[in-house]
Amino acid sequence: MSYKKRLDGRGFEEFRKVEAKVGVIKRADGSAYFKFGNTWAYAAVYGPRNLYPRFLQDPSKGILRCNYNMMPFSSSGERVRPGGSRRSKEISMVTAKALLPVLNLEEYPNSVVDVFIELPETEAGSRTAGINAAAMALADAGLLMKDLVSSVSVGRVDDKILVDLDYSEESYEDGPVADIPIAIMPSSGKITLLQMDGLVSKEQLSKAIEMGKNACQKIYEIQKKALKEKYNNVKGDAE
Amino acid sequence: MNKMSKLLVTEKEIVVPGEVLAEGMDNLPGVGTYRDGDKILAGRLGLTYIDGRTLKLIPLSGRYNPKKNDIIIGKVIDISFSGWRIDTNSAYSAMMSISEASSSYIQKGADLTQYFNLGDYLVCGITNVTSQKLIDVSAKGPGLHKIKGGRVIEVSPYKVPRIIGKQGSMVSMLKQASGCKIIVGQNGLVWVEGEPDKELLVERTIRKIEDESHLKGLTDKIQKFLEKETGVKLGGPQ
Repeated sequence: MSYKKRLDGRGFEEFRKVEAKVGVIKRADGSAYFKFGNTWAYAAVYGPRNLYPRFLQDPSKGILRCNYNMMPFSSSGERVRPGGSRRSKEISMVTAKALLPVLNLEEYPNSVVDVFIELPETEAGSRTAGINAAAMALADAGLLMKDLVSSVSVGRVDDKILVDLDYSEESYEDGPVADIPIAIMPSSGKITLLQMDGLVSKEQLSKAIEMGKNACQKIYEIQKKALKEKYNNVKGDAE
Repeated sequence: MNKMSKLLVTEKEIVVPGEVLAEGMDNLPGVGTYRDGDKILAGRLGLTYIDGRTLKLIPLSGRYNPKKNDIIIGKVIDISFSGWRIDTNSAYSAMMSISEASSSYIQKGADLTQYFNLGDYLVCGITNVTSQKLIDVSAKGPGLHKIKGGRVIEVSPYKVPRIIGKQGSMVSMLKQASGCKIIVGQNGLVWVEGEPDKELLVERTIRKIEDESHLKGLTDKIQKFLEKETGVKLGGPQ
């Protein structure tokens, strides 16, 4: 049996309902949230700020620290044990690596930029939602950056290639599944994150990446709109 | 003129990082922008500002970036043999050497806490910033001094020009209405000293300026607000 129609009725190139807002955490230097359906990521950026312990300081450039955290009540299954896990540590690392290429950290020697990604609600695609929120929060924090980062997961369910898998598709049992989160820099189209979990052929993978890139461009428009919305009322501000 | 050259933004437009501002070689990348091939892109979130052929971005958010000759309000965070370490409300702390602390001569080995103690605030000027963001400040000069009493309010450093107003119109109106001493540091710290209830009024007004800084006729609005709060008619901006 093949996978003919998506379980929630979406088109194969359609992502879940997306919502984005910038400036949601008052005390942070920059903040944003990004929602993919039931996956909801908050990002707060602090910095550039003093970095201690001192041996971590790099005189040639600032460093970026990302922290990905699923809240205990966020999952639809069992309670998530609070604190770091092997999984959250890995996602924190790949998130930092996905965001690093756009940041001009050499302008902030010896300092640190902290990104905290908190997920109050998750249902697949959490690292991509986190990256989208973090990119908006970094721009909101006024950091020097070359580009934004837009991210979405693509994948293969049975014989179909599709965008933004939800939990029911990730755990589809009547055929092979592959989940491929990707992140790109939208202006240049370069990939900053590419992971894969499951079974996929070479042809399917290249088709999935193409679809992902197209979807990321749509996500980019949403991020751009959310950022401009926050600042639109300051138009008359500069003399 | 190169027929391919094209300006893609208008003046005072909000742009996000990576947005293409212009194509072709006729325009030049200014502060906050960068060139990639034949395109000029935004290097941060900001407001476009077209200065002849140069495209610049005015920052709208972010932390204070220390600049030479800025007058800031700093806080003493450490005392060493040679001087004081001053927090600048940015990612980097500043150093104030003994010779820059006071117009009178400070004897070698003197008790430095007599001049500035831990936690003291001071109005100081940035005399130098290096590429590694080492900052030198001085408290020697007109208007630079240690702060005694009053309160320090934190605002966004990018709202500081709004609080000062054109030729200082906003801040002098605030001083007139409240009778408080007010010093606005470029780093987003504001010192207010006066009657306690007037200090609170100034703080409320500054929050209002921050929230409504984008509106037209801000000075008039704030004047009406202050007149209502104090019940005294203000003689217009001085």
